[in-house]
Amino acid sequence: MTLVLKGVTKKFGSFTAVDQLSLEIPESQIFGFLGANGAGKTTTFRMILGLLQQTDGSIKWDEEPIHYNKSHLIGYLPEERGLYPKQKVENQLVYLGRLRGMDKSEALEQLDYWLERFKVPEYKGKKVEELSKGNQQKIQFISAVIHKPKLLILDEPFSGLDPVNVEMLKKAVFDLKEQGTSIVFSSHRMEHVEELCEHLCIMHKGSPVVHGGLRQIKRDFGKKNVRVRADFDVSFIQDISGVLRYRSLPEGCEVQVENEGISQYIFEAIQDKGFVRTFDIEEPSLNDIFIEKVGASYE
Amino acid sequence: MSKFWTILGFTYTSHLKSKSFIITTLITLVLIFGLANFQNILDWFDDGEGANHTETIAVIDDTDQTYSKLETSLTNMDENIEVTEFAGTEEEAKEAVKDDEFLGYAQLTLNDQGLPAAHFYAMSIAETNHVVDVLQQSLSQVKTEMITQQAGIDQATVQQIFAPVSIETESLQAEARSTEELNQARGLVYFMIFLIYFAVLMYGNMIASEVAVEKSSRVMEIIVSSVSPITQMFAKIAGIALLGLTQFGLIILIGYASLKTNQSELVGGIFEYLGLGETPVSTIVYAVVFFLLGYLLYAMLAAMLGSLVSRTEEVNQMITPMTLLIIAAFMIAMYGLNDPTASFVTITSYIPFFTPIIMFVRVGMLNTPFWEIALSMGILILTIFILANIAAKVYKGGVLMYGASTSIKDIRKALQLSKKE
Repeated sequence: MTLVLKGVTKKFGSFTAVDQLSLEIPESQIFGFLGANGAGKTTTFRMILGLLQQTDGSIKWDEEPIHYNKSHLIGYLPEERGLYPKQKVENQLVYLGRLRGMDKSEALEQLDYWLERFKVPEYKGKKVEELSKGNQQKIQFISAVIHKPKLLILDEPFSGLDPVNVEMLKKAVFDLKEQGTSIVFSSHRMEHVEELCEHLCIMHKGSPVVHGGLRQIKRDFGKKNVRVRADFDVSFIQDISGVLRYRSLPEGCEVQVENEGISQYIFEAIQDKGFVRTFDIEEPSLNDIFIEKVGASYE
Repeated sequence: MSKFWTILGFTYTSHLKSKSFIITTLITLVLIFGLANFQNILDWFDDGEGANHTETIAVIDDTDQTYSKLETSLTNMDENIEVTEFAGTEEEAKEAVKDDEFLGYAQLTLNDQGLPAAHFYAMSIAETNHVVDVLQQSLSQVKTEMITQQAGIDQATVQQIFAPVSIETESLQAEARSTEELNQARGLVYFMIFLIYFAVLMYGNMIASEVAVEKSSRVMEIIVSSVSPITQMFAKIAGIALLGLTQFGLIILIGYASLKTNQSELVGGIFEYLGLGETPVSTIVYAVVFFLLGYLLYAMLAAMLGSLVSRTEEVNQMITPMTLLIIAAFMIAMYGLNDPTASFVTITSYIPFFTPIIMFVRVGMLNTPFWEIALSMGILILTIFILANIAAKVYKGGVLMYGASTSIKDIRKALQLSKKE
């Protein structure tokens, strides 16, 4: 079951929140959805979920528009915590599960499985407001996946989690993907996206500025990073033409070059200056691409 | 449809188990129980103060002829007040009052026309108001007796003069309510107005805050992505309605049970006042129908307004206009209880937001023609349908809208958000 967005546009009055967005997310794929705040990510998610009606374009899943009759196949984790603070974990997850078409015993069974998996079975009878932010996020995650959705939308799933828990959730996301779930996932943390997604899209002011497979995006980006560590002063590298950005490191520097060819000029320039410990050509990081395309700095 | 029941059940049980609900219900039940046993409680307190609460007044009779007449007349008037002739001096009488032997003492004299007058002395005037009144009335009787005797009129004639004229009211319209019926109806209508008023205020507020809580905790996003906001809104309204019926059911059950057990003591008391004895069935049916329609109308209004706020603190501010509407209805209804035929009562009874209360006043107090009731109910039901439509749209957009400003103007924004374009 493939999710297809074609020319999707959403206008709020004169403001265009999403402009001509086209995506295709097949089964068993994790799709990264990046963008600065206000880039139109949440609006897109809401349109996919049918909470908002697009002004133009079409959203189809399995070749049909998404209606509430499919809600048992869809999971959603909103950006901000969405749980009843005063309700017990068990009560509300069973409730939310039932709203996704599960019956009570099934929901309880799945709840036990997930609490066990996330190593928090003792929270079953606790109120959500009594839990720490990270643990609330785990409960939130369970609420999105308890009914084994075929389409899962995760808006900032890893915020507020420590590295151990991030790994635990990542593993869960991977497993769901292996089971055939299409996952759309947004994050500000580029390393998470790089690790999880084969395909991604960077949104900027409502329009997709980069879109495609991760490897292809990096190749198309053209620019490379060159890292040099040497026993002598390497600051002259920034004067070589084709070097775009220069960042000094404790024993050398890291520069961005226009293309692979420039790295060879740098290599020639330093080879007779003294002892070179490292000379390394790297693929650009997603972070570099994001900064370049969106023009804003993100962690 | 199963999701509707899931939401209804969840709304119902989570409120039913909440502390605030249990506490309010318990307090109300205790109050009802207390009210029904009011007479018993009063008696119980009275017993504590002594069963025979008789006040004694000393009388110094300077006229030598008035005392015996006063005694007869006073004993007839109030058996809880006793008089004794005091033989000592005024000073001694004062001492006796100070020693709490008597409540006070009266000095009887004759004025220049030879008619009785009195001076009354007591420790506190405030406490003896009633005694003074009785004393005055008795003395007046004595005076009348003396004058009529002097004039040679016999006692039977005097009694005839003072006997009250009886007026019996009877309406010429065959079906019009008699005064007695009207009084009975007033009791029940009064009771129902309060019930509707409180129900709408309380449950309307509950719905609005619950929507606001779900919105501010963002659980709303998950819920409306699982089930259509319209289903959710109506399931919630139905759930709270069920809760209200449970609460009122309990109250009425306990109230009825305690009234039944105390019926003998309450005859002529509250029981009679409420007119629960012989209320026409149609009035009760109208009460239930107007109650449900009124609830539905205001519940939708509350859900709609609740969906516009971003934080729970703003709920009260947002539902103020709704509260004012229901208070206005209440005030007009209170006026209508005394003057149900007033033209503005008639007019307002057709305004849908007032109909549930004011039309009910008219139904209960007057013989309102059926077509008028049907017309006002028709307008009310039509309004409910229109409002349901608007509320559903506002709700759908409103639950996704977060912003700093909160005002009724946001209804337009919410409508735009839910619109297809």
